Amino acid sequence: MISEQGRVGDHLPLDAVVPGASFLSLLQSQGLAPSWSTADRAREIEIPEATTILAIRYEDGVVMAGDRRATAGNVIAHRRMKKVFPADEYSAVAISGTAGMAIELTKLFQTELEHYEKIEGTRLSLEGKANYLARMVRGNLALAFQGLVVVPLFCGYDEADDVGRLYSFDVVGGRYEELDYAATGSGGSEARAFIKGAYREGLDEEEALAIAVEALVAAAEEDAATGGPDLRRGILPNVVVVDRTGLTEVGDDRISEVATRVIGERP
Amino acid sequence: MSMPFYVPPEQLTKDRADFARKGIARGRPIILIEYADGVLLMGENPSGSLHKTSEIYDRVAFAGVGRFNEFEMLRVAGIRYADLKGYSYERDDVTAKGLANAYAQTLGQIFTHENKPYEIEVMIAEIGDEPTDTKIYRIQFDGTLQDVRRFGAMGGMEEELAEQLAAAADGLPDLRGAVRLAADTIERVTETDIAAEDWEAAVLDRTLGRRKFRRLADSEIAEYRS
Repeated sequence: MISEQGRVGDHLPLDAVVPGASFLSLLQSQGLAPSWSTADRAREIEIPEATTILAIRYEDGVVMAGDRRATAGNVIAHRRMKKVFPADEYSAVAISGTAGMAIELTKLFQTELEHYEKIEGTRLSLEGKANYLARMVRGNLALAFQGLVVVPLFCGYDEADDVGRLYSFDVVGGRYEELDYAATGSGGSEARAFIKGAYREGLDEEEALAIAVEALVAAAEEDAATGGPDLRRGILPNVVVVDRTGLTEVGDDRISEVATRVIGERP
Repeated sequence: MSMPFYVPPEQLTKDRADFARKGIARGRPIILIEYADGVLLMGENPSGSLHKTSEIYDRVAFAGVGRFNEFEMLRVAGIRYADLKGYSYERDDVTAKGLANAYAQTLGQIFTHENKPYEIEVMIAEIGDEPTDTKIYRIQFDGTLQDVRRFGAMGGMEEELAEQLAAAADGLPDLRGAVRLAADTIERVTETDIAAEDWEAAVLDRTLGRRKFRRLADSEIAEYRS
């Protein structure tokens, strides 16, 4: 492997892999890039789908949350699926859509960001990361037409402008910067409707966290594919916070406390 | 028809080795020292962006001396090798040993097959949960692979540096002690005074999270040496 990539004589370094820091190009050059090819009738089998994810901008950054349920048709496929992931130290990605593909896309995206950072000695700009993710989503377009859709949300702290940013995407790789909040997946519209009522400018972290958790509860009440917090079994939403200090995964203790409170206060 | 001159392989190998050694000896040295929480990689490098030390993977770091473009090629190839392996299997499957072998093969090939050998030497360090898990490998211009214990020096005046380190080493120092030992030894042997901003220092630190590689800031180096 190394002799193919690193030896002079075989290639000059500039024609080896372009752009030089791209991990995906490297995978493709080795024939290892993940690929799914399906017949047109792919939807005749039920494939697990990841459901509701959301993100809310607040005063110091962004809160991002996802429920834990994956469904295949009317069956609950997984109860403890993770949909919110750190992308690097300053950004996070959440996934909805075909679960297996979305997980692979996330892993590839995480590796890509770290690969770039190590080779170039500097992190990609936040905008650069969002654009790259959009390109990855666009790469799945042919599969999206066959029903294998992956739609992520992406948020991060923009170290250059000192502000938290949030991006949503569509199936064709359209990338939209959201100034207040975004939600997607099967319970996304319910979650959005709830956040719309609760959102205001200048929320603090605690308030944004509570709105995020309650929006998932609200979505779970209306959407069968969204799993609400299950306090008895300890199945709690995944929540991350991105602010000036970087990314923090919110601990289960804190989420459990917030979930207990918001469920108790619900009409 | 003209016949090429016959050059005996002993002569050819010796000439190439002498050429590579001369190139390496001209460069500024780098020292690796094991300390209580991991491994310190330190050397003089006035450039703040053309680094001689680098993160390769979670627990694996790289240091190179000699021609920058040549060891940079190995550094990048190493990151590709590690990321590819970690992505295909699991993060823990990326080890310094596999990488050191790949480097040794590559440098060995270049030494015998290319017009000019690489004028570089590299070291690969890996840390684990315990100090006894630390592994340091040194790969020379001809592909010679060595296991290094506790400390190692490469580049100009490496023999004197290694001697002085051996004389001064006493148990596993803390980070302050390791920085002082590395910096004082290099300054003494090369007979220069090096300003804090002209050092390049990085650590593999087992107290950090998943990615154990960290560069030391100039202010931190200055503080440890004061």
